[in-house]
Amino acid sequence: MNVRAQMSMIFHLDKCIGCHTCSIACKNIWTDRKGAEYMWWNNVETKPGTGYPTKWEDQKIYKGGWEKKNGQIDLRGAGKKKGLLNIFHNPHLPVIDDYYEPFTYRYLNLIEAPEGNDQPTARPISLITGEPIDIKMGPNWDDDLSGTPDYGRKDPNLENLSEAEQEAMFQLEKMAFFYLPRICNHCLNPACVASCPSGAIYKRGEDGVVLINQEVCRAWRMCVTACPYKKSYYNWHTGKSEKCILCFPRIEAGLAPACMHSCVGRIRYLGVVLYDADMIEKVANAEESALVDAQLNMILDPFDPHVIKAAKENGLPDSTIKAAQYSPTYKFIKKWGLALPLHPEFRTLPMLFYVPPMLPVMATLSKQTNEHLKNQMDPIAKIWPEDWKYDTSMEEIFGIVEKSRFPLKYMANLFSAGDENKVKDKLKKLLAIRIWRRAKTVGDIPLDKAEAALKEVGYTPQVAEDIYYLTSLAKFDDRFVIPAAHREEAMELLENTGDRKGSVGFGFTTPAQRGL
Amino acid sequence: MDTLNNFLFIGLPYAALAVFIVGTIIRYINYGYQVSSLSSEFLEGRRLFWGSQPFHWGIIFLFLGHLIGFLFPRSVLLWNGHPVRLLIIEVTGFIFGLSAFVGLLNLFIRRITEARLKIVTNKMDLLIEIVLLLQIFTGLWVAFNYRWGSSWYASVMSPYLWSIFKFSPDVQSVIALPWMAKLHIIGAYLIVLLFPFTRLVHFLVAPLHYIGRPYQIVIWYRDRKTLRNPRSPWVAKYPQNN
Repeated sequence: MNVRAQMSMIFHLDKCIGCHTCSIACKNIWTDRKGAEYMWWNNVETKPGTGYPTKWEDQKIYKGGWEKKNGQIDLRGAGKKKGLLNIFHNPHLPVIDDYYEPFTYRYLNLIEAPEGNDQPTARPISLITGEPIDIKMGPNWDDDLSGTPDYGRKDPNLENLSEAEQEAMFQLEKMAFFYLPRICNHCLNPACVASCPSGAIYKRGEDGVVLINQEVCRAWRMCVTACPYKKSYYNWHTGKSEKCILCFPRIEAGLAPACMHSCVGRIRYLGVVLYDADMIEKVANAEESALVDAQLNMILDPFDPHVIKAAKENGLPDSTIKAAQYSPTYKFIKKWGLALPLHPEFRTLPMLFYVPPMLPVMATLSKQTNEHLKNQMDPIAKIWPEDWKYDTSMEEIFGIVEKSRFPLKYMANLFSAGDENKVKDKLKKLLAIRIWRRAKTVGDIPLDKAEAALKEVGYTPQVAEDIYYLTSLAKFDDRFVIPAAHREEAMELLENTGDRKGSVGFGFTTPAQRGL
Repeated sequence: MDTLNNFLFIGLPYAALAVFIVGTIIRYINYGYQVSSLSSEFLEGRRLFWGSQPFHWGIIFLFLGHLIGFLFPRSVLLWNGHPVRLLIIEVTGFIFGLSAFVGLLNLFIRRITEARLKIVTNKMDLLIEIVLLLQIFTGLWVAFNYRWGSSWYASVMSPYLWSIFKFSPDVQSVIALPWMAKLHIIGAYLIVLLFPFTRLVHFLVAPLHYIGRPYQIVIWYRDRKTLRNPRSPWVAKYPQNN
């Protein structure tokens, strides 16, 4: 057993309100530089939708991640052979138009335009060429546009949904969407590390953060192709690739990453999990149906004396082991079994887990008449046929999960490599907690029924209360359990960040100057 | 005339080599961050294919061909002893030369016509592209007009180049060459001279070590085997990569 520590994250999608505060916090700290304007190390997508870059999940286009061939996994679009042969021209590299051309406006024109008959305008100009452009795409151009043909219907996750299921999703009546915030997954089997010809990308042993050494990167661009989540970005100005660094200077100083700290919905959790590094190869090679279970299986119980002993032998500090025991992510992933990785079928073993959303409430249209409401409704606000009504009753509690507005298949395509039972299990658990709390606070559901619901998903009332606490009431220190970095020089990184703005590197700093 | 010849075929190569060695080392140590292939594929991907692929494969083959002729002149002459084999090597060399020329021409046109690329183009990029274009052109001219280059390169150029590297320069054979061939030699020195000041430095960091390395890389800040051992002394060692 080779016990290592890994910073892992939980995003609770039921709580995400799609406000993009995380993206802005990240942008302001890390990517407001020349060449990085188009990068969103943290971005929030509306699902169903095509995402950023457009259709990033479609590996037929971008060839990201690992694929299993003859029982052995290999990089789909990069790697030693493909990578070196395509080094002069990478046929699968997304170009700037797949993201969007960054732009600003000529604001000065508003005050400096000479007097005339027309009102001065601030024309949009490209942040690359500085010339006026017609804006075709922007960050989060697809925001809240799941019902439109351009975004929702082009979602790669709709692939194996029947025509009828897709139609059901997009009927305006039933239209629902949710937000998917994404950062680098800091994978255990990172495709970007494996694809880098220079060996510039590496995983930090102490906390598993995946980083690109800016001094070693030579712009071979293979990481951009290899990362199936498209979370490695190419800086066209400096000629270096960049990616989310999990705000490691903040983590080392005991602070939460900027995106997590600023999260308005408090959907984000950060903590250490212990895992067995000897299992990585086996797990990454597992059958697609067993992939999720195998990955969760790698994560070890931090209370197990054998694990603690092995961890100590491997040089893990006590503080890290203790942090793993208090880790909110361990609770969500293993103890309560509420979280799933995004697209496990890419086989990179992502360490960012999602609690799937219930969208937005579990409700189906029932054929019961709605006579008594008919006359009360404002005709303008009336959004459903008069004879129909939404059934939000708790009579058939778990029946509703299957009949949820979104086909389970869609969620399964996102979070469990197509296994609907996995998603159903999580949604049932979430619903059971809701029923339990509703029984306790509203009181319109008998307690014994709520207890039965908990029992069916394998929870005790105490566990339900714990989940309720961590989901709804948890304070900052409950949501972010960050072990000491034991890097006494860490503070050096927090010296005046204003001075360091626009430069690259930590430990070494250098102006982001393009080579000749 | 002698002074000029001495300057071009003795002075220039030594100056070029000195600038190349010192310049590259200084650039790598002091401006390591700027050593990059500076790919522009992200801004323009389609036209790059018709430039970058033929150019790079062509130039790599040409470079290896010149290197082999320099290192193993006898083997080349032995190989060329048979006319069919001579023809094979000359024709493939010429094809790769054409490929490099056409590729570089495409790259050059692409670079000056794409609006986005103008932003990431500096004077040295254009200068080195023009010099390289001229160099490949003179090479093709020489190969076409003064046959057979692979043979006389091995018997004339290789001894001259060896004499340069042995610090006892002997320019007699070179002076007798036609002026187009001389231009090709001077162009080569010019490229070596310009090398550290251009994007060509990415040639020296070609990722060949990728072939032998394991896919995953994990870097530890501390030695985890001694970290928890109270007997191990406290060393404040700053990791190299940070």
